[in-house]
Amino acid sequence: MSESEKPLKAELTVEYPFTRTTGKVIGAFMTGLREKRLFGIKRSDGSVLVPPLEYDPITSEPLTEMVEVSQSGVVETWTWIDPPRPQSPWDAPHALTLIRLDGSDTSMLHAVLAGSPSEMRTGMRVSAKWKEERVGHITDLEGFIPETKEVDS
Amino acid sequence: MNESHNFRDVAVVSVASHQTKTLSEVNEVQLMADLISKCRNSAGVTQEEIGFTCSGSSDFLAGQAFSFVHTLDSVGAFPPISESHVEMDGAFALYEAWVKLQIGEVDTALVYSYGKPSAGSIIDVLATQLDPYYVSPLWPDCFSLAALQARLLLDKGLISLEKMAEISKRSQKNGFDNPNAVRSSKDVSIENLMNEPTIVDPLRVSDISEITDGGCAVILATGDKAKSLCERPAWIKGIDHRVDSHTLGVRDLTRSSSAFLAAEKAGGNIDRLDVAEIHGMTSAQELILEKEFCLTEETQINPSGGCLASDTMMASGLIRISEVARRIISGQADRGLAHATSGPCLQQNLVCVLEGE
Repeated sequence: MSESEKPLKAELTVEYPFTRTTGKVIGAFMTGLREKRLFGIKRSDGSVLVPPLEYDPITSEPLTEMVEVSQSGVVETWTWIDPPRPQSPWDAPHALTLIRLDGSDTSMLHAVLAGSPSEMRTGMRVSAKWKEERVGHITDLEGFIPETKEVDS
Repeated sequence: MNESHNFRDVAVVSVASHQTKTLSEVNEVQLMADLISKCRNSAGVTQEEIGFTCSGSSDFLAGQAFSFVHTLDSVGAFPPISESHVEMDGAFALYEAWVKLQIGEVDTALVYSYGKPSAGSIIDVLATQLDPYYVSPLWPDCFSLAALQARLLLDKGLISLEKMAEISKRSQKNGFDNPNAVRSSKDVSIENLMNEPTIVDPLRVSDISEITDGGCAVILATGDKAKSLCERPAWIKGIDHRVDSHTLGVRDLTRSSSAFLAAEKAGGNIDRLDVAEIHGMTSAQELILEKEFCLTEETQINPSGGCLASDTMMASGLIRISEVARRIISGQADRGLAHATSGPCLQQNLVCVLEGE
């Protein structure tokens, strides 16, 4: 095929060329993750939402009072992920759970890094396990580990 | 629905749907061209006589921006038509069409929706609808989230594994007479269902919906126009949709309060319901919905088999409406409730109550 007969080619990168800041509430939570700290936000009735939301999910009031909560909590419900989705942060089978941290009135979604489903039960206590290098992202939390095991970070 | 308003009478006058495991060598345009023709022919109308056209589909599922524009080829968009689209299940497109008919400028509407999940990975597509900061980066698939909900119900003693198996059995038996049902069986037993392997603990194979390709088309008409197009129109007596928080951790996942509210506002249980078609992606979700809608033994629930038998993303909700309407139009039922859901763990819910005369 001569040079003039070759089809025209152009590089196309599919992108989402917009940025937005995470704001005072989500941003504060993400900054906390980088510092190995977990924050929630107080509602007008005194209860605490973790992870924090900018507006009250029931009354729609703007929320502003951040409070630090514990790095340990209770598994409210769980399922077993095997194999993990290719895009997910985890390579090994693990539990997907809703965890209510001590000091919080709501639960957050994250993994419990247990070896098998037989180690899982509703109501078990778990503690945060952090990544060595943290960038201010939900995956700075490597997951949670059962409290019977040694917390290594 | 608030009785003090003067709503125009709107009815479903014609329906057509098709679902199958994999639509091979048939694209969305070909699928919908066939269904829309069937629907228009059975009502005896041409596209020129349709006042408004509204569709529901997902660009995320099709992998292409404005993918619904291609599918308009199946409608025939010349001469120019009045048209709209929702990135939602077709049941929500039907709601938009119902509002358009209330405005009073047009008397007929065509509503359709479709999905072809076989071309991609639906469980990953659904992960992208979640909170982009806290949840989506963890890529939880839709069935895992539904499993968290099912375990909460089991732990609290609100349902049992046997009860879930009974729902799966009902679906598979009912689906046997439905050509669109992909998972169906005449003689499935509770024992076999209880012994099925777990897919996402505690959900077994038959506890989760059977993902299929397909689509649905519905024609709506007002008052005398409806009576001229259909011998026994299925009148929309109430339609309402409500939303729970996007954040899973703040909701009581053992309930769907928005489903309850939508049914109450639509007048679901002010009178006997002969039939109910409910939209859940697990047996456990069907149990939640039965409770929220206060359904009793006098109501036949999911005679089509429901989504456990055949679940087409973006069309399953509209198909629930078409299944109830079809039974009213044919005289098999007098009054029915149709439900559509969207979002994780029954977050958004639409209820449509239909009646024959």
